[in-house]
Amino acid sequence: MNNTIIKVIHLSKIYKTEMLETIAVDDVSFEIKKGEFVAIMGPSGSGKSTLMHILGALDRPTKGTYILDGENVENLNDDELSDIRNRKIGFIFQAFNLLPRTTTLKNVMLPMTYGGVPKEKRTEIAVKYLQMVGLGDRMYHTSNQISGGQQQRVAIARSLVMDPALIMADEPTGNIATAQAEEIMAIFQKLNDEGRTIVMITHEPDIAEHAKRIILIRDGRIVSDSNNKQKRFSSSTSDKANKKQLLEKKI
Amino acid sequence: MMEIWEQIIESVIMLKLNKMRTGLAMLGIIIGIGSVIALMSIGQSSQKAVQDRIQSLGSNLLTISPSSQRSGMVRGASNVTTLTLKDAESIASSSEVTTVKYVSPEYSGRSQIVTGENNTNTSIIGVEPVYTEVHNLTVASGSFITDAQVASMAKVAVLGPTVAEDLFGDTSFDAIGQIIRIGSQNFTVIGITTAKGGSGMGNQDSQVYVPLSTAQKQLFGVNYLSSIAVEANSAEVMDQAVNEIGYLLMARHKFTDTTKVDFRIQNQEDILSTVTEVSGTMTSLLSGIAAISLIVGGIGIMNIMLVTVTERTREIGLRKALGAKKKTIITQFLTESAILTFVGGIIGIIVGISASYVYAKVNSSIFTVSPSSVALAFVVSVAIGILFGWYPARRAANLQPIEALRYE
Repeated sequence: MNNTIIKVIHLSKIYKTEMLETIAVDDVSFEIKKGEFVAIMGPSGSGKSTLMHILGALDRPTKGTYILDGENVENLNDDELSDIRNRKIGFIFQAFNLLPRTTTLKNVMLPMTYGGVPKEKRTEIAVKYLQMVGLGDRMYHTSNQISGGQQQRVAIARSLVMDPALIMADEPTGNIATAQAEEIMAIFQKLNDEGRTIVMITHEPDIAEHAKRIILIRDGRIVSDSNNKQKRFSSSTSDKANKKQLLEKKI
Repeated sequence: MMEIWEQIIESVIMLKLNKMRTGLAMLGIIIGIGSVIALMSIGQSSQKAVQDRIQSLGSNLLTISPSSQRSGMVRGASNVTTLTLKDAESIASSSEVTTVKYVSPEYSGRSQIVTGENNTNTSIIGVEPVYTEVHNLTVASGSFITDAQVASMAKVAVLGPTVAEDLFGDTSFDAIGQIIRIGSQNFTVIGITTAKGGSGMGNQDSQVYVPLSTAQKQLFGVNYLSSIAVEANSAEVMDQAVNEIGYLLMARHKFTDTTKVDFRIQNQEDILSTVTEVSGTMTSLLSGIAAISLIVGGIGIMNIMLVTVTERTREIGLRKALGAKKKTIITQFLTESAILTFVGGIIGIIVGISASYVYAKVNSSIFTVSPSSVALAFVVSVAIGILFGWYPARRAANLQPIEALRYE
C-alpha cells in the first residue's frame, strides 16, 4: 500500500506573456504522506495559490511531475482532471462557494451527482456528513440563510462526501469570525485525527499552528519545511503565544 | 454522469430562480412560434376557402369560351361571336367525344331588374336544365328551368338568393310566382337557388337564371353563346376531353393550326392550381416572415444564455472544481435553453392556435390547424434552443476552473 498522497518532483509553473515571464512556482519538490496535516504558508505573491491550484488539479504545471495518490496528474486533459478532483480531492474555499439559493443538502450532494454515486445513496451520505459537522438541523436551509461559519461547515461536509484522499483548504477561515474559525479548525483536527490528509493554504500563523507540518513558501520556493508541535485546544495561552512568535520569526 | 431527468429538474429550478429573465427569453420564442402557427393556419384556411369556392363551381369542369384568332391583340371574349349552340350540341352528340358527361351551353349578359319598388343590376345567365348538374347548383325553393321552358322560350327566372333579397327584402321567401322585369319584359320567378357563399365576380348567389333560348332571342337578341361548360367523366380524362373537344371544334370552325383558333378551353384544375399556387406563395411568404421572428427569438435566447453564463461564472468554476466534466456543463446549459424554447414553443403553439381561431371567428372562415405545422413549429423551437444554446454552453464548458473561481 502506497502511503504517499502527494509527490511533486521539480515542479515549476511559469506564466508567460509577450513582455515578461513570471515564475510562480520554481522547481519545488516535496512529499506529503497519508494522515499528514500540512499548512502551506507564505505572503501574497509567494506562489502558494499557484501551488495550491496545481496540487488541487485545477491547473497543470509547466514542468515537473506531480503524482497524486499514485496517479500522474501533470499531463491529464480537462475532463480527466475533473475526474481526479472529483474522486481524490475535497475542496474547501475561502469564499465557501456554495450554490446560491440551494439547500445545504443539495450543496453537499453536488460532488456525488458528478461522481456517479447512486441516487439512493446520495442523501444518506450527505446527511451523515452534515450531521458530522453539526448541521443536521440545517439541511433544508438555503446557503444564504446560514452564517459564514455554518456555510464553511457545509463546504467541509461537501468536501468529504466522495471520501477523498486529500482535503484541500484554501484560506478556510479567511472570511469568517475568529470564534467560528476555531470551530472550523477543531473540525479539521478531528478529521486529521481520523486519518484524513489535509493540505491547507493560509497566511494566518494562528491558523497554520493547527497543522502538524508547515511549509513556508516565498518567491515560488520552499524556504522552510518543518514539523509543528500541533496546537491543541488544551494548550495553554502562553504556549500559543510562544508558537506565534516562533512562526512570525520564520516568516 | 447525471441522469437526464435530474438535469431537467435542476434546470427548471435554475430557470425559476430568475423568472423575469426566463420570461423575456421565452417571449421571443412564443412570438416566433405563435406567428408561424397563426400565419400558416390563416394561409391554409384561406387557400382552402378559395379551393372550396372553385370546387363549388363544379367538378371536372372545362369551360369553352370564344377567343380572337388574331394573336397579339386583346379583345373582350363577349365580343366574339363564334361559339354557337350547334357547337355545344355536336360536343354532346359526337362519337369522337367519349369522355364528356354533361354539356351546358350558356349565354350571360347584364341587365337591369326591376320589381315594384326595388331594382338591381346583375348578370343574367341563359341556361339549359343541365346547368345545375355541371355547376353543382341546387334550388332552395321552387324549381329550376325545364327543357319545356327552354323549348317554349318561357319568360321564367330563377334567382340567386342575394338577388332575391335585393329585390324582395325580407319577403324573399315568397318571391316565387312574383313578376319581375328584366330589361323591358316581365318574367315569372319560379325558383331561388341555394346560397353558396362567397362574394365578388361570378358569385353564383347574385345571378339570375333564365332559359337559354329566352336569353338569346328575347333579352339580348344574339344567336351565339358566351361559353360552354363541360363536365368530364372523371378528373383523369380531363386532358383527353380537352383534346377531343379541341379537335372537334377545330374541324367545325375549319382551323388546322392549333395555335390559331377562335376558342379557348380552360380546365378548372388549371385555374385551381394557379390560385393554389398564388395562395401557397402567400402562405410561404408569411411563414418566411414568421421564421425570421423565430430566428430573432433564438438570438434572444442566445443572448440571455450568454448573460447567464457570465453571471454564473463562479458557479461553473465551482461545478468544474467539484468534478463536472465539459459534457456535464454543456448538457446543463443546453438543457436550460432547450427547456426555455420547449416551454416557449408550447405556449407559442397555444397562442398561435388561439390567434388563428379568433381570426377564423372574426372572418367567419374555416379554422384549420394542420398537425404538421404544429409538429414542425415544435421541433423547430427545440432545435433553436439547442442551436442557439450551443455557443453559450460551450463557452461555459471551456471556462478554466481557477479563472472561473476567481471571477468577481
